[in-house]
Amino acid sequence: MHKELKLTGSGGQGLILAGVILADAALMDGKNAVQSQSYGPEARGGASKAEVIIATGEIDFIKVQNTDMLLCLTQTAYDRYAKDAAALLIVDADIELKYHKPEEVVQIPIIYTAQVTLKRPMVANIVALGAVNARMNLVSKESLKKSVLTRVPKGTEELNEKALELGYSL
Amino acid sequence: MRLLMGNEACVEGAIAAGMRFFAGYPITPSTEVAEWAALRLPEVGGKFIQMEDEIAGMAATIGGAIAGKKAMTATSGPGFSLKVENIGYAAMAEIPCVIINVMRSGPSTGLPTSPSQGDVMQARWGSHGDYPAIALAPSSVSEAYYVTIKAFNYAEKYRTPVIVLMDEIIGHLREGIELPEKLDMEIIDRKRPTCAPEDFKAYKVPEGEIVPPMPGFGEGYRYHITGLIHDETGFPTNSMEAAGKLCSHLMSKVEDNVKDLIEFELIDVTDCDVLVLTYGGTARTVSATKKLAEAAGIKMGIFRLITVWPFPEDELREIVAKHNIKHVLVAELNHGQIVREVDRALKGAAGVHHIGKINGDILYPKEVLQKLQEVKANG
Amino acid sequence: MADIMASNLIRQTFRTDKLPHIWCQGCGHGVLMRAAAQAILNVGFDPDKVCIVSGIGCSSRAPGYMNYNTLHTTHGRAIAFATGVKLAKPELHVIVMTGDGDAAAIGGNHFIHAARRNIGITTIVFNNSIYGMTGGQYSPTTPMYDTATTAPYGNIEQTFDLCKLADASGASYVARTTAYHVPQAIKIFEKALLNKGFSVVDAISGCPTYYGRKNKKGNAVQMMKWMKDNSIDFKTAEKMTADEIKDKIITGEYKNAPAPEYCEIYQKEVIDKVLKGDAI
Repeated sequence: MHKELKLTGSGGQGLILAGVILADAALMDGKNAVQSQSYGPEARGGASKAEVIIATGEIDFIKVQNTDMLLCLTQTAYDRYAKDAAALLIVDADIELKYHKPEEVVQIPIIYTAQVTLKRPMVANIVALGAVNARMNLVSKESLKKSVLTRVPKGTEELNEKALELGYSL
Repeated sequence: MRLLMGNEACVEGAIAAGMRFFAGYPITPSTEVAEWAALRLPEVGGKFIQMEDEIAGMAATIGGAIAGKKAMTATSGPGFSLKVENIGYAAMAEIPCVIINVMRSGPSTGLPTSPSQGDVMQARWGSHGDYPAIALAPSSVSEAYYVTIKAFNYAEKYRTPVIVLMDEIIGHLREGIELPEKLDMEIIDRKRPTCAPEDFKAYKVPEGEIVPPMPGFGEGYRYHITGLIHDETGFPTNSMEAAGKLCSHLMSKVEDNVKDLIEFELIDVTDCDVLVLTYGGTARTVSATKKLAEAAGIKMGIFRLITVWPFPEDELREIVAKHNIKHVLVAELNHGQIVREVDRALKGAAGVHHIGKINGDILYPKEVLQKLQEVKANG
Repeated sequence: MADIMASNLIRQTFRTDKLPHIWCQGCGHGVLMRAAAQAILNVGFDPDKVCIVSGIGCSSRAPGYMNYNTLHTTHGRAIAFATGVKLAKPELHVIVMTGDGDAAAIGGNHFIHAARRNIGITTIVFNNSIYGMTGGQYSPTTPMYDTATTAPYGNIEQTFDLCKLADASGASYVARTTAYHVPQAIKIFEKALLNKGFSVVDAISGCPTYYGRKNKKGNAVQMMKWMKDNSIDFKTAEKMTADEIKDKIITGEYKNAPAPEYCEIYQKEVIDKVLKGDAI
């Protein structure tokens, strides 16, 4: 197994944390993982990209070259990153598709679920993780849950667990 | 197995080596080193201080070492430029300390969040005057941990500043690392004097030793430390004889021990069409290129520097001669720095080629492959 | 020769084999160094625990003559090196001997931030209003319109009042004295040494070679006389008009306000709490 993933959105959405959680879960499963990111000077609002590679073998090159999955949570991220080829493109349902037909992508109401269902927009990253892993089975659900619970701020465990479950169900 | 950033792994290695003092200043992309040190040092009774500027960060680090602690600082390009005067001081006064330089894209403020390997020559020649340099470049998070321990060992053994030449690629990379419960590695501490304080000559190298023993301030040996030329008592002198002796000692303690300091990794160097010499984060690109090269019918060897300075010139020359290597391709994230050293070492014994990049991006395996194909086609 | 002439104080506190010092005849630095040595002796510090740090310039040669743990560093950075020494080993009595250029120009940033931290360092500024080592260039304390080799038409920059600077930056003990007022200097140095936080003494020195001579302020004796005749204490100065105190050296204790010391706070609020597991 060798999977290369890109998680994109805007700074402040916690996509780097999502990448870290995913990589950590992969380590718990006994796989190898690397996580890297690219970002500009703005901590909030600018386009943000986290990359994760999960593999059973050694990981030499640390950046994504052949994208197995691209996640876009914002229009800006879609506009910027979705032009490049990806085996699987998961986009938030609110994103207007400019380069794809609806049947070429998986549209999931990630932001809506966090913002409206859970009333906590900041857990969109965790909802996304659930949705992505439900489709790709990158890591075991137990490890992912454990990783989420160890990495999210204290006192938000219950909320994040719920977000993960909802993500799985979308 | 823990998921750690290269920057964090450096601090874990430093603490395992006995680092108990850190003074620094925030700068991207090295800031996590300071943050991790601030968090972790109090847990082991150590001290962290964020100084008012980069220069002060280096100065206070040296001060901490003089007080008897293993001390470290971390920075990146612009900050390293500010630190070099005091790095020269540490070299001259023979103060052990470790500087982590997480290289980012320059010159000047450049691209703060983008990687580079553009400070390699600065690590060697940054401060004025003739002094030796020891610099190590890790290629993985796990290696960042071990290389930092080695950096402390060299600093203590040779009483000199040692630079860990990280790059943004490894500094900001998170990957799995197994932190050992018990370290299976020798930890070297500076030797303390055993003579009576009145017999102590602070800069006299005892027979059979590489450097003088070094007491911490407050340990009963009242001595003088200066960045001026000094004799074996440690006090300044204008004597040319003393100047020659001191400066030769500073150089020879490293030059005479290159075998102890040099470390590199060789992969498939026998019978290769092209030997790729690389280091740090770029080594990951080169490793990934190997499979592509094989598929393209190119036999590729790898010479990966772990010790960048002193440069393993004799070793490289021997390997090239022994295996009759026709081409050496240097892959590094700059406009051509270590390639000059390779050229100088080989003196025409093989064709020397370079692939680099200075736009803030990293090198990709397909780009290295293309260069390999060019080299092979023209060779 | 040095040994025969050495007084008891000199034998106890100086490296007599390093004397005589390099300073010019009539320089105030030797007087101030001796006063500082007397103060160190008077407060009874264990000499093995005394550390004197300096930067670059005439003042910065002082530690080399003094028989303690001595550290001669780079230009302007004495306080930054001293901060490392003090934090790494708080039981040391750390003293910085610096000059007006070293402390207030190239090292100004370290000066204000060490004061802000109130770290336990005693800083004595040998303030002679000139760069002496390099041959008489204007410094941040050269009076306006005086001349210097780099101000041949007169210095047009305002001067730093180092007491006000130290006070505003957070130093807990601040005073000024001169090379003429030796008993006062010793007393002030003692109090500065005993203050647990950051202490600053603006110690006015005279440079007859490059400052006095060039500015018609006379030779060494006349400069001493100038310090004597123009010094008033802070209390007297309070009652005088700005015009009256212009060109005066205002001496004495400017501030004596003990406050928690940085290394003690770090130990108590950071290390102890983290080790006990009750850090924030």
